[in-house]
Amino acid sequence: MKFGVVIFPGSNCDEDIIHVLQNVMGQQVVRLWHKDHDLQGAEFIVLPGGFSFGDYLRSGAIARFSPIMQEVIQFAAKGGKVMGICNGFQILTEAGLLPGALLHNRNRKFICRNIYLKAQTPNSLVTRGIDPQRALKIPLAHGEGNYFADADVLKALNDNDQVLFRYCDEAGNITDDSNPNGSLENIAGVTNSGRNVFGFMPHPERAAEALVGNQDGLAIFESILSLANA
Amino acid sequence: MKTFLAEIDVMPKKEILDPQGKAVTGSMKNLGLSEIQNVRIGKHISLEIEADNEATASAKVDEACKNLLANLIMESYNFTLTEK
Repeated sequence: MKFGVVIFPGSNCDEDIIHVLQNVMGQQVVRLWHKDHDLQGAEFIVLPGGFSFGDYLRSGAIARFSPIMQEVIQFAAKGGKVMGICNGFQILTEAGLLPGALLHNRNRKFICRNIYLKAQTPNSLVTRGIDPQRALKIPLAHGEGNYFADADVLKALNDNDQVLFRYCDEAGNITDDSNPNGSLENIAGVTNSGRNVFGFMPHPERAAEALVGNQDGLAIFESILSLANA
Repeated sequence: MKTFLAEIDVMPKKEILDPQGKAVTGSMKNLGLSEIQNVRIGKHISLEIEADNEATASAKVDEACKNLLANLIMESYNFTLTEK
């Protein structure tokens, strides 16, 4: 599959995701500069982590207006697959492609450590290949990852099976203690109602090779590709 | 064309946890000012806008607030306009 990875000024996980997609998963990747107007035929767009535009104003608020984002928004409107990781998730919520918003972590700290999460639905490209009982150990690195949505949106997310991941403990229990940032109902990632836009805070691209001592993130990339190749 | 100065306040919505405000509220105790409660911290943004009249300027500032300066899921805003 041909992936397009968007690079904003301040993106800093772009090379990580490009490396994993290209060298670990063996996929074709094109780099898309934020000022570009052309998705170069990419079939799956990834917005990487980082601090686009220095997180000025709000995380993702300025990146959302980059020229390439207008193409990404149109692509998504036509059913194109778009996935945002960390800052990419923040950008997708700011762009209105995903519901909700990411607030400051409730403990007021930048969190940079491994956490556990569980896939919540077999009905999405990024989670359908993941054992729902498995607690995946994935690195987290953000200051604003506290997922918030109003009561109506939250209800719709649950009713329509749009929650992709929830934070859990090592044994897979979804508890308040295992909620690292205060996210509503431990939500770590969501999809849109069209189920073609995906966003989550944890960084599977940092845990996808034996070399880094953790390959739990591979489950997400394998899930994406098994359907793509089916 | 006239130039207007907009003074905009963007605040976290009441129902939303404001960790900065909470931390500052806590530090008031250390200052011996425990009477001070419920500190909430937002942003103040000022900008200049050219428009034929105040109504047009107000509509444009409102658009800027809705689309960029505030995220209405988590923040509310208000502003005043004065002609320069």
